[in-house]
Amino acid sequence: MLTKRIIPCLDIKDGRTVKGINFINIRDAGDPVELGAAYAEQGADELVFLDISATNEKRKTLAHLVKEIAAHVNIPFTVGGGISSIADVEPLLEAGADKVSINSAAVKNPILIDQLAKAFGSQFVVLAIDARKMGNQWTVHTHGGSQPTEKKLFSWSREGQDRGAGEILFTSMDHDGTKSGFAIDPLTKLNELLKIPVIASGGAGRKEDFLEAFVVGKADAALAATLFHFGEIKIPDLKNYLKNNGVPSRI
Amino acid sequence: MKVAVIKYNAGNIRSVAFALERLTIDFSITDNPEEIRSADKVIFPGVGEASSTMKYLKDIQLDRVIRSLTQPVLGICLGMQLMCKHSDENNTPCLGIFDETVTLFQPAHNEKVPHMGWNSLALTKGWLPADVDDQFVYFVHSYYVPVNQHTSAITNYVQPFSSAMRKNNFFAVQFHPEKSAKVGEKILTSFLSLE
Repeated sequence: MLTKRIIPCLDIKDGRTVKGINFINIRDAGDPVELGAAYAEQGADELVFLDISATNEKRKTLAHLVKEIAAHVNIPFTVGGGISSIADVEPLLEAGADKVSINSAAVKNPILIDQLAKAFGSQFVVLAIDARKMGNQWTVHTHGGSQPTEKKLFSWSREGQDRGAGEILFTSMDHDGTKSGFAIDPLTKLNELLKIPVIASGGAGRKEDFLEAFVVGKADAALAATLFHFGEIKIPDLKNYLKNNGVPSRI
Repeated sequence: MKVAVIKYNAGNIRSVAFALERLTIDFSITDNPEEIRSADKVIFPGVGEASSTMKYLKDIQLDRVIRSLTQPVLGICLGMQLMCKHSDENNTPCLGIFDETVTLFQPAHNEKVPHMGWNSLALTKGWLPADVDDQFVYFVHSYYVPVNQHTSAITNYVQPFSSAMRKNNFFAVQFHPEKSAKVGEKILTSFLSLE
């Protein structure tokens, strides 16, 4: 039986792991390669590395880091952060990334999704969407969640699927960093709307939150960062809990 | 031991290379027919689309080389699908080592396609180490090979399909052993230690 995936996310700045709380404060939580290998050892199903540094050297540094990760980590991993063209993606693929996630650049230039899917296959393209509820609408935001756009979560995720994205990574900015649980209503709706897998992100605080995301939200995977980095929830404990509650889990 | 990883226009070749490096296996990534023919083991990786990769293999005549190999050959993911007779993905004639047609998943109960993530193996017969039975491996694919007389492991998604096969010296896995943590390493090691 296909299992639900648990995905630790590692934010990277200048080669080190960090995590913003509500996209603002930053704490240093270690070496990405070592942390990634440790998560793989603990039973993480995949990893996401999100590069939030904004230097000119970024591209080169990131490709180098991806190569180190690929050499040491024996599970699939996604790389994202500032990817805006095929030229950005090629060195990452060459360095051993299994998937890339695109966010702001896809909103600005949706055809990027088509181009990446055509060049590298849909399985390589994760469309990351940051959204916040404004009035009755889930509004897509870009640039780390700082800029609201005209796009709405459901129509944009559907468009992403139709353009060839292989997965949707949905982060509720209203929930991110709050530890109050995932945004279950939009998650359920997304999973009923889409034919491709959806990764839930933003708001995990307790094991029960993951259970709810999978059972009620129908998510295919769930992502968290701080919780795992600071050992508040240990991955083996979480997976045992999920399995005992009837969620297919790889143990 | 010499291991040749076939170089062509498919993804995941680097991932296979890194996995072999982690296992401290000597290998070359090559499209040179002589080098491929003289290797002790051949790995035929693959992530991508069937028609464009088959066209590429034909253009450089690697299709004939692969078919004529006599040492153990391991097809991975698209590599396994290309070893079949035909793929419904863009109606593509393939290598024909296995007499099977590769078809698209038709979800019966809103299952997502691609089949992406960790799913379990049920061994039937053949070459996979016994202790990987019921263990999880990583899949990413939208097309599948039906269960057939050469099936070595079955996985359930939408319906039971072939997650591993063997015919003579040709071995194949639909999942990605190079990305399947320790279970995947065990399977690669087992293939590489075949006599």
